[in-house]
Amino acid sequence: MSTTEVSPAAPRSGEFHHPVVNDFSIQVATINGSGSQTANSVLMRAIFQMGVPVSGKNMFPSNIQGLPTWFTIRASKHGYIGRKKEVDFLVAMNPETAREDVMKLDSGAAVVYDEPLKLDALRSDLHFYPVPFDKLVGPVCPEAKLRKLVRNMIYDGIVAQLLSIDMEEIHKALFKQFGKRKAKAAELNWGACQAGYDYANKTFTKSDPYRVERMNATSGKIIIEGNSAAALGCVFAGVTVVTWYPITPSSSLVEAMIGYLKRFRIDKETGKATFAVVQAEDELSAIGMVLGAGWAGARSVTSTAGPGISLMSEFVGLGYYAEIPGVIFDVQRVGPSTGLPTRTAQGDIISTALLSHGDTKHPMLFPCSPEECFSMAIEAFDLAEHFQTPVFVMIDLDLGMNNWMADPFEYPTQPIRRGKVLTAEDLNRLGGFARYKDVDGDGIGYRTLPGTNHPHGSYFTRGSGHNEKAQYTEREDDYVNNLDRLARKFETMRSHVPAPVVEYKAKAQVGLIAFGTSHHPVEESRDQLRTEYGIETSYLRLKAYPFNKELPEFIHRHQRVYVIEQNRDAQMLGLMRLECTAEEIAKLRSMRYYGGLPLDARTVTDDIAGQEGK
Amino acid sequence: MSTTVTPPPKKLNRLGLEVLSYKGAKTTLCAGCGHNAISERVIECFYELGVQPWNVAKFSGIGCSSKSPAYFLGLSHGFNAVHGRMPSIATGAMLANRTVLGIGVAGDGDTASIGMGQFMHLLRRNLPFVYIIEDNGVYGLTKGQFSATADLGSKLKTGVLNDLPPFDCCALALQCGATFVARSFSGDKRQLQAILKAAIVHNGLSIIDVISPCTTFNDHEGSTKSYSYIKEHDEVLNEVDFVPYYDDISVDIPEGAVQEITMHDGSKLRIKKLGREYDPTNKFDALKALDEAGKKGEVLTGVFYIDTQKPNFMEMLHMEDAPLATLPESKTRPPKEVLDQVMEELR
Ligand SMILES: Cc1ncc(C[n+]2csc(CCOP(=O)(O)OP(=O)(O)O)c2C)c(N)n1
Ligand code: SF4
Ligand SMILES: [Mg+2]
Repeated sequence: MSTTEVSPAAPRSGEFHHPVVNDFSIQVATINGSGSQTANSVLMRAIFQMGVPVSGKNMFPSNIQGLPTWFTIRASKHGYIGRKKEVDFLVAMNPETAREDVMKLDSGAAVVYDEPLKLDALRSDLHFYPVPFDKLVGPVCPEAKLRKLVRNMIYDGIVAQLLSIDMEEIHKALFKQFGKRKAKAAELNWGACQAGYDYANKTFTKSDPYRVERMNATSGKIIIEGNSAAALGCVFAGVTVVTWYPITPSSSLVEAMIGYLKRFRIDKETGKATFAVVQAEDELSAIGMVLGAGWAGARSVTSTAGPGISLMSEFVGLGYYAEIPGVIFDVQRVGPSTGLPTRTAQGDIISTALLSHGDTKHPMLFPCSPEECFSMAIEAFDLAEHFQTPVFVMIDLDLGMNNWMADPFEYPTQPIRRGKVLTAEDLNRLGGFARYKDVDGDGIGYRTLPGTNHPHGSYFTRGSGHNEKAQYTEREDDYVNNLDRLARKFETMRSHVPAPVVEYKAKAQVGLIAFGTSHHPVEESRDQLRTEYGIETSYLRLKAYPFNKELPEFIHRHQRVYVIEQNRDAQMLGLMRLECTAEEIAKLRSMRYYGGLPLDARTVTDDIAGQEGK
Repeated sequence: MSTTVTPPPKKLNRLGLEVLSYKGAKTTLCAGCGHNAISERVIECFYELGVQPWNVAKFSGIGCSSKSPAYFLGLSHGFNAVHGRMPSIATGAMLANRTVLGIGVAGDGDTASIGMGQFMHLLRRNLPFVYIIEDNGVYGLTKGQFSATADLGSKLKTGVLNDLPPFDCCALALQCGATFVARSFSGDKRQLQAILKAAIVHNGLSIIDVISPCTTFNDHEGSTKSYSYIKEHDEVLNEVDFVPYYDDISVDIPEGAVQEITMHDGSKLRIKKLGREYDPTNKFDALKALDEAGKKGEVLTGVFYIDTQKPNFMEMLHMEDAPLATLPESKTRPPKEVLDQVMEELR
């Protein structure tokens, strides 16, 4: 029996009765390097401008040109901004993947495709809209070599017409994207959009149910990538030394930072910079410079991904033991090894928490949104200087490199906190100091900076055994005292790092714990678990390691607690095991995803419902 | 007549500090180790030049050599980092505070093996910094294995022969961007002093490769880094004299025999030619001389190269003159209007 004989499961042309408004996902399948980013961003922004909550996810290959790439835009009137597993509206521009892309769709989905691909022969339960892109692009783009790029804008017009996206919003988004300086290019692309719109208008009878209607859920909001948000955070944290070695998905963080620093941190009168940026020869050097600068009193930062974190291991141990501030962004990608460099994961949790040999542990912050990338960047510097230790900000590719809707960032209300640094005046008053003495009982000593104008201001920093006065020692008691003080310092940290966000539901027996980008699918999944399975859940979103007292409290109050994370080995749960009692551990369950795509609610719901015996 | 004898007045430098202010902790290195002699020279030079000790930061990697910053300039901040990676620590610190004078000590293991990458990139950046290689041809602290500066055919105490050619750190320094390159011998007090002083006032990266014999593991017959071998093979390229700017004694310089180089702070480096034609501002002369000496089995010492004009790393970064480390919040946190403006652009 041939597929064409199957009677269509979905209604044919013009037969649908229930429009699906502001609740679907569009997937654009293209080829890397074909310039589709602009078209996709414009589409996303136009929906956003219509007041509808959107999110965009770019699934791109580790390649510069020629491999398949997918961009998903989700519109959600409920405000769900996690990835939607199902694709409702496909724009199939890539001949190589078109077949598979179409076969994967759920029945009833819509497909805009390049006519010569003849995709409509594949299935009869979908809504097909063939578009002769090559024919349409010629008249709007006389210059042949630009056609490849402009061609993509045609689908914006087609999709706008089919989904009732206001063309004025497309126009606005397009011109914003190109900026004033590229007005000519914008005009050319706008022509392509209109050609698409006109073609769809006169050719298609809409048969799919999807459409966009104006809402008022995005007013005042911004769209930004997590990496740019983190970069801005650093700029407003007063960063002074930035070092890096390029790596996906972290590079754009530093590149954005350089852009902002050049705009906002060069003295207008003198033309002099209040910062230094060094592209280092590798991550060994990048972290070395961060520690050297931190030691000498700068607010220093580097950004990397898993492979760089691995290289930094030895130095980070020095930073921990010699007690030097520094901020390290880990924009996580799929490992081990090179792994999938352009896919997302939360896979560096354990290795970062315990990075380096010997007894080491490091604070980590877990932003889940651009707002938190911004605020936690600022917090990270304050923590690093307060606790005199390397602090990690654990972003992931999904958050770092995708565009997110966000509330405008709040200007910091607190002044910059530089920690316990003694000046020459302090030294005059005190007569001297012992670098590693726990004067205040919080495990944190007082330090001085090189160049302090005082004969008794110096001390000797070393990664080898040292006593309270920073002198070399191999004595057992000195060594133990020092390590115990470092442990005390870590205890102090628990109440200084950002506390988790906890939501208790009356009568909920099940608790969920998540962090970072898993937050968004988990929020949606909680609704699914409630409405579809009658499972009410409480929720604790971790914002930092070390954990604080709310974690055991949360575990105690539930029968079963699922730790949801994007890695294979339940790494966060592993860290909890190190601190939890046997009784607490017995309640912990694990939900993991590690396929490299942003986690979606359906996957979480199916897994947890299954474990709950539903 | 009174019986009390007034002690002779203490010798003080131009800051009014005595030499004690430049000393460090007691050395724990082996007796006779070349590294100790180098520490002595560092103490003398900083004392004689009258550098404020608490405006100096000293750095090192890991090894016997890298322990030595603990044994000089006890009133300076010190940082004993990880093996071979002193350059990055020093670079970071210098970026944070450009007003501090930085000096680093590293072994040949630090420099030419585990830290080769960092060494090369430090050269390339021409960081204003004094980098002393305490070069003994072995890994002292791990008990005498060959390093990458050991000469071809030189012999370990155990009889093992080195069958790989050495890196010449001075040649690398010349090729890769250092602006002051010299070699000396821990046993040549006068030469090392003059070179060190010039390095301290030089406004760029100074590399001084100091042959510093390891008495315990590399001072035997068959070693090419032993005291006796160096004494026999030391070929002095030029005689150097350092005249600080505040010691403005004019001397009659015989025409042609001495080249005088004016340093960044006005001090003079007088380089006396010894027989051969040699221009220390010409990189190619330097490389040629090193190559020829190498072929003859000589250990060439002296100032190989100096460039007082090339911009250093700090200058290239166009930073504020004040240390970045202590800039006030008003300089490092842009005002609220800036954030509002960025937010507006992202709407
Ligand atoms: C990552 C790392 N690998 C190995 C070592 C062991 N180690 C300590 S010192 C040293 C070599 C020291 O040789 P050199 O730098 O020439 O200094 P010297 O002791 O000869 O002065 C080695 C290999 C280390 N400290 N760190
Ligand atoms: S082992 Fe060699 S290098 Fe180390 S202190 Fe002794 S003599 Fe010096
Ligand atoms: Mg050595």
